[in-house]
Amino acid sequence: MKHLMIAAGLLSATTAMAADKPQLTVYTYDSFVSDWGPGPQVKEAFEAVCDCELNLVGVEDGAALLSRIRLEGENSDADVVLGLDTNLINAAKETGLFATSSVSAEYTLPIEWTDEVFAPYDWGYFAFVHNADAAAPANFRELAEGDTKIIIQDPRSSTPGLGLLLWVQAAYGDEAADIWAGLADNIVTVTKGWSEAYGLFLEGEADMVLSYTTSPAYHLIAEEDASKAAAAFDEGHYMQVEVAAKLAGTDQPELADQFLEFMVSDAFQQIIPTTNWMYPAVTPAAGLPEGFDTLIQPEKSLLFSPDEAAKVRDQALAEWLSALSQ
Amino acid sequence: MAERAQPVSPWPGVGAAALVAALILGTLAAVALRADAAGGFGPADWAALRFTLVQAVLSALFSAALAVPVARALARRRFPGRRALIALLGAPFILPVIVAILGLLQVFGRAGWISDFLGLFGLPPMRIYGLHGVVLAHVFFNLPLATRLILQAWQEIPAERFRLAAQLGCDGMAMFRLIELPMLRRILPGVLAVIFAICLTSFAVALTLGGGPRATTIELAIYQSFTYDFDLGRAALLSALQLALTAAAALAALKFSRGDGFGAGLDRAIRRWDGGAPVLDTFWILAAAAFLLLPLAAVVISGLSGLFEMPTQVFRAALTSVLVATASTVVLLVLALPMAMAVATGRYGIVELSGILGLAASPLVIGTGLFILIRPVANPTTLALPVTALVNAVMALPFALRILVPAARDVVTRHGRLALSLDMDKTTFFTRILLPRMRPQIRFSAGLAAALSMGDLGVIALFADPQIATLPLQIYRLMGAYQMQAAAGAALLLLMLSMGVFWLLDRGGRLHAET
Repeated sequence: MKHLMIAAGLLSATTAMAADKPQLTVYTYDSFVSDWGPGPQVKEAFEAVCDCELNLVGVEDGAALLSRIRLEGENSDADVVLGLDTNLINAAKETGLFATSSVSAEYTLPIEWTDEVFAPYDWGYFAFVHNADAAAPANFRELAEGDTKIIIQDPRSSTPGLGLLLWVQAAYGDEAADIWAGLADNIVTVTKGWSEAYGLFLEGEADMVLSYTTSPAYHLIAEEDASKAAAAFDEGHYMQVEVAAKLAGTDQPELADQFLEFMVSDAFQQIIPTTNWMYPAVTPAAGLPEGFDTLIQPEKSLLFSPDEAAKVRDQALAEWLSALSQ
Repeated sequence: MAERAQPVSPWPGVGAAALVAALILGTLAAVALRADAAGGFGPADWAALRFTLVQAVLSALFSAALAVPVARALARRRFPGRRALIALLGAPFILPVIVAILGLLQVFGRAGWISDFLGLFGLPPMRIYGLHGVVLAHVFFNLPLATRLILQAWQEIPAERFRLAAQLGCDGMAMFRLIELPMLRRILPGVLAVIFAICLTSFAVALTLGGGPRATTIELAIYQSFTYDFDLGRAALLSALQLALTAAAALAALKFSRGDGFGAGLDRAIRRWDGGAPVLDTFWILAAAAFLLLPLAAVVISGLSGLFEMPTQVFRAALTSVLVATASTVVLLVLALPMAMAVATGRYGIVELSGILGLAASPLVIGTGLFILIRPVANPTTLALPVTALVNAVMALPFALRILVPAARDVVTRHGRLALSLDMDKTTFFTRILLPRMRPQIRFSAGLAAALSMGDLGVIALFADPQIATLPLQIYRLMGAYQMQAAAGAALLLLMLSMGVFWLLDRGGRLHAET
């Protein structure tokens, strides 16, 4: 206990020493701040230009992040929140805690971006990842009719899980419930989060796992392993666009704006592909890292607007639950 | 009626129990008060409640039922490596959930060792996902605990009883009926209640092994209320339901486990003269060892290659975890010993109830509640480690009490009257009589607390600071960054550290060594 006290004391001491510089606090999800995420490089790059101290605070995942902001309410310590996605934007705006910003950039997203509160920093397509030497179905119907085994994440506890729910909904609308009924016998299990699912897939528990089209890039670039591929589905792939915004209650509004501008600049964007393993929202001048050119390019991008996503979410979840609880 | 004089004071224990109850109920109240509207139950919640109860009851029954023959075999047999085996058997209990799931499925999964073996004979792979899979996983986690608790009770039967029974010519069956069955009747309700309570708060294990949303538990519903719906009222209500169920189970256990102990003995080494059924005993020991150690072997094997790929941050996290575990163990003993003594005086069963609540408290609710309570006065992030240590101690408290209470009760009944007649003061009784006699139990509970604290993710994820991470958190972070190899290595390091501190404190199950 004594050591902890000393550790806590030291921490507050270092915070106090740096107090002469302005502080910008950014809440984000845990994997962003981890030693292997973009966090450490982003902190270094921003502090080199801002004459400030950037405090990154990690909160589990995007959904938990929004809950934390709601919990803290108007006197939140956060100046910027980074790491929500389009499916959370509606709920986030309803809190009235976020402020508009003037950030804009030449986004290289497959869709047009017009939101005035939230600015995108990266994006990706959900996809099923499989071993490259195995044949993969070409769409959800083929998957449902065949005996390919998949592992997915629970939409109630996982962002990719919710993404899949909306993917099927966007592709099939009223027929979504039938698709889920057909998929029921393909689903080996449903996990709490992405890590469990991906770990089980790597152990061979299933033929495919719900992840991103960019997942094979990790194996290719970081492990020089070309054995993983993402299955291209011809009904299109649902997108995840990750966004950030300034809080209305921030005491550092200018610094927060500066951070958001920095976020869509090359210095930030070039860190994203090989740390967050997503596509940068603005392709950096140097282009994408080698290996990203080998990834599948979906012919059709699916994405509900934040309003639509909020509207269809609960109904889609009810259908999912009833189809898989039989 | 005048109160009988006691050789120990119950008040520190009552105070500790009040503190624990205040922490658990206070955090729950903090969450409930922060809610915008009162939560309500939907049909999905009732389904979750039903499933939670069914799996928790089955898991408790199977764990306890299997633990009895295993503990009996371990109590009767002496063989080389017995102590190491007993210590190793405790390992599943202290693994982080995600690591244990991967290890279990490497053995029992569709592509697991057993399925591979079946495949050699052209048989289809094992179908592990379903209610039976959930129960299997929970037995994997809880069988070791149940075995240790029952084994301990076995060792506490005075040696004279077995000697007398042997002199009277009792065979194995008669020995069981006369000595062991009454002991089991006293200990089993508590064991069942503890395992029931642990399984009540299962989430990731139940969902993954259950194979889908059929296996939705109350804890998942709580998580959903927090993140998906942000309905704090519903979260608080569901958490209160968990606490009520656990309290009911604990009260039932207290009621049913009444019964006289075996009275005093001379603290002699136990010898057994009923050497019957060596084949059966060997079977139970081997079966339990295979069931518990194979998934651990899987964790070890997949971790070996990663052990050398681990980034330095992992070692820093390991150091942090050791510090947290140490602090947590100290806190635990400061709370648990006085509580055990209060219960031993015989009038404060409620103290034990307060202790068991730690099991049923949703970590998410405790964490969020603490966050709400701390935030107005301090930055929760800087308190991440002390808070984690405290919560880990509270979570380990029920186990420590199950270990300490029977021993404390025995010491007080055996030596209390003599001490009182000698006018021995309470401090002397505590330091000269109670502590030396309870040393093995104290060591065991300290070892368990340290190991549990080391392996548990706890509430650190809610308070996390990028610069500070415990080893379990670092494992999750590595996995989240696709680094499954390094994560497996870190998991192996965690397993070794946990077993190491456990061994160090418990001295390899010295509790069960001959005196």
